[in-house]
Amino acid sequence: MSTVLPTDIEAPDIKVAKPGVGKRLLRNPSVLIGAALLLLIALMGLLAPKLSAIDPAEIDPSNRNKVPGYESTVRDDDGNKIQRVAVMGTDSLGRDIYTRVVWGARVSLTIGLAVATLSVAIGLFIGLVAGYFRALDGVLMRIMDGLMAVPAILVAIALVSLSGASLLTVIIAVAIPEIPRVVRLVRSIVLSIREEPYVEAAISVGTPAYLLLWRHVLPNTIAPLIVQATFIAGAAILLEAALSFLGVGIPPEIPTWGNIMAEGRSVFQILPHNIMYPAAFLTVTVLAINMLGDGLRDTLDPRMAKRV
Amino acid sequence: MSEPVLELKNLSIGLPKGGDRANAVSDVSLTVAPGEIVCLVGESGSGKSVIAFSTMGLLPKALPVRPGSRIALQGEDLVNVSEDRLRELRCTRMGMIFQEPMTALNPVMRCGAQIDEVLAEHTPLAPAERRKRILEMIEQVHLPDPERMYQSFPHQLSGGQRQRIMIAMALILGPSLLIADEPTTALDVTTQAQTLKLIKELQTERGTGVLFITHDFGVVAEIADRVAVLKHGELVEMGPTEQLLKNPQHPYTQMLINSVPSHDPPERKRALPDDQAIVLRTDKLNKTYGRRGLFGGGHVVHAVRDVGFTIKRGETLGIVGESGSGKSTVARCIARLIDPSDGQILLHDTDIATMPAGRLRGLRRKIQIIFQDPYRSLNPRRSVGQSIVEGPVNYGTSEAEALQRARKLMELVRLDPESLDRFPHQFSGGQRQRICIARALAMEPELLIADEAVSALDVSVQAQVLMLLGDIRDKLNLAMLFITHDLRVAAQVCDDVAVMSKGQVVEYGPAARIFGAPQHEYTKALFEAAPGRHFDFAKSAAHVR
Repeated sequence: MSTVLPTDIEAPDIKVAKPGVGKRLLRNPSVLIGAALLLLIALMGLLAPKLSAIDPAEIDPSNRNKVPGYESTVRDDDGNKIQRVAVMGTDSLGRDIYTRVVWGARVSLTIGLAVATLSVAIGLFIGLVAGYFRALDGVLMRIMDGLMAVPAILVAIALVSLSGASLLTVIIAVAIPEIPRVVRLVRSIVLSIREEPYVEAAISVGTPAYLLLWRHVLPNTIAPLIVQATFIAGAAILLEAALSFLGVGIPPEIPTWGNIMAEGRSVFQILPHNIMYPAAFLTVTVLAINMLGDGLRDTLDPRMAKRV
Repeated sequence: MSEPVLELKNLSIGLPKGGDRANAVSDVSLTVAPGEIVCLVGESGSGKSVIAFSTMGLLPKALPVRPGSRIALQGEDLVNVSEDRLRELRCTRMGMIFQEPMTALNPVMRCGAQIDEVLAEHTPLAPAERRKRILEMIEQVHLPDPERMYQSFPHQLSGGQRQRIMIAMALILGPSLLIADEPTTALDVTTQAQTLKLIKELQTERGTGVLFITHDFGVVAEIADRVAVLKHGELVEMGPTEQLLKNPQHPYTQMLINSVPSHDPPERKRALPDDQAIVLRTDKLNKTYGRRGLFGGGHVVHAVRDVGFTIKRGETLGIVGESGSGKSTVARCIARLIDPSDGQILLHDTDIATMPAGRLRGLRRKIQIIFQDPYRSLNPRRSVGQSIVEGPVNYGTSEAEALQRARKLMELVRLDPESLDRFPHQFSGGQRQRICIARALAMEPELLIADEAVSALDVSVQAQVLMLLGDIRDKLNLAMLFITHDLRVAAQVCDDVAVMSKGQVVEYGPAARIFGAPQHEYTKALFEAAPGRHFDFAKSAAHVR
């Protein structure tokens, strides 16, 4: 062969850089709308004491089952008369629904965030182990299959009867059935990434397994996991509402959207606002989370978006 | 002279903004006469496929045909034609075969039904007549048992058979133009030879004009009447095959033709002393997949069967064979990326075939491997420097020291040491492959395995990487195991050659002996099938330099 070697030392060509992930996210309308709505609802939950002067647990037997816009006069501790408007009406114990809806945002968002974090963290760990260490794969995945078959409501009832109704119980009950889904996702990614030549190259330069997983495998799971986490958060908020509605969730004195709806169930036909208002907020929240998730998937993981 | 089947005049096709040049194809003019095979040659990114797709009207919207371009099929303009008319013309007057026979057919439709779609769409024939014509066509592309082929699903056929079905589909309506986009690139040499013969035969019989796209000068020498050479979207040279291959005028063409490795092993410049230490020896190496079922039965595949060879210091052993011959499995067993089922792998005198992972770790660094796909063998999220120092740091070298050495290695593979903090996507395929070589060398290995390490590269880049590998082997006195399907490459770099077929080594010996006087039937058939065998590029073009 008579080809001449590249005698000059070559420098890489610097290609025109694509706009960064941050910029692309800001250009995606569903990310923007979803994030904005979610931010509003989070602010609402944070500022709940400022948005309503009424105690969400305050019972007012004289003003039960009032329609939205009902005006009443109450006396405060000093005996002064205060004019109150029940913007969203009151429930059958006379509690102000607007106040309870605003406070309910706290519980819902906490649950969404906590369940997503918990199930992703545990699922990621099990998924990495199951995908990489083939000997453990069979055992772990059969356990996950078993977990997946247990309905969340059943887990919740069991946990509530064991340890009493509380926010933590609900978070655990909702997170457990989500874990296998995360495990399956992570495992499938690990299975394909471990066949990549750069992983094999890392094996042959003697990189220990934990570093290999941390450096070469884990970063590939981040984008799909962020997306998956948003969907888990949405589903968790819905499931919490369902559990509270059925009376196996959070204790009824704590305002959650599910609890408010459960309370309004008996008078739904006469006074639909008891259910309509919390339901509207629930819908908007879950919709915002799902929009955010869709947008994130389109930007972070274009291949996955095409497949769906 | 009769009217050309295809006429391209001043064809320019734009690239989207932010591409590496303004036009994918600029100002290309060429014609294909009836009964003529015109080869379009060029390296990757030269715009050859874009020309094919523009003719078929299959270009994505992002690649607009610039005004002033003309594409004419038997005089009929194809640039400003309605989508409906284009659909009529495809298959009836122009057909196309694609590179990848594995994905070009619909996996859930029977082959017969897929060909039938073409006939049902474009002809008024009754089902029985269509069937008859399809069976005739299947017979014409020399597929055995047409009835069975008609009923088969694509996965039941081999790659070569599938490509024949594609050819049958493209030619069944007797188009006057056939566009073949790298139709044999994904095929083994023996299958490739048969497919080329078939295309030539059908083309002569029917007087079809063929626009044949390839990057392989061997194929060009085999099939073309005229050759057009593309570089960065521009037509640099065009002429009759003999003349162009033997007496290329444009420097780019000369460079390309010079880069094609010769089929004859060169005279060895360096004489190795006979007492070089044996670095690696395998003995009765076996790898089987699958296992017996619980109740007997089960299916066992022998990927590698009783393979034995030795590699000495400073020497290159080539393993050549077609796909599925087990050559890569051997490499991966030796690198212990997979565990061999049986046999010995002796590194010096230590058997590493069954060594547990813990003890193996210390020996791993002595065997390093370079993979085929330069785009996937570097972690895209880690800088080149991080990739290179990863290994030494694993074995206790300090990061600063490893980086210092990485800079030297970058110089050794002729890359700028200052670019260590760059990321892989900023490098070209050939540069990435050199980075992989640097990464392997950072471990100070005694045996370097190159698993199809140059197969994905363009011929000019391939020549550079091959030279570099040879250079490094001599400088560092490395033993090298070189896995390839390309006989020309093997002839150039290997001292010894082992020919593998169906998991077994069928012939093993010095390269000069094997290439000069092959003994085994399979080796003979393999050499027979190599395209452009009668044409020695490096020699024929040498006088130009």
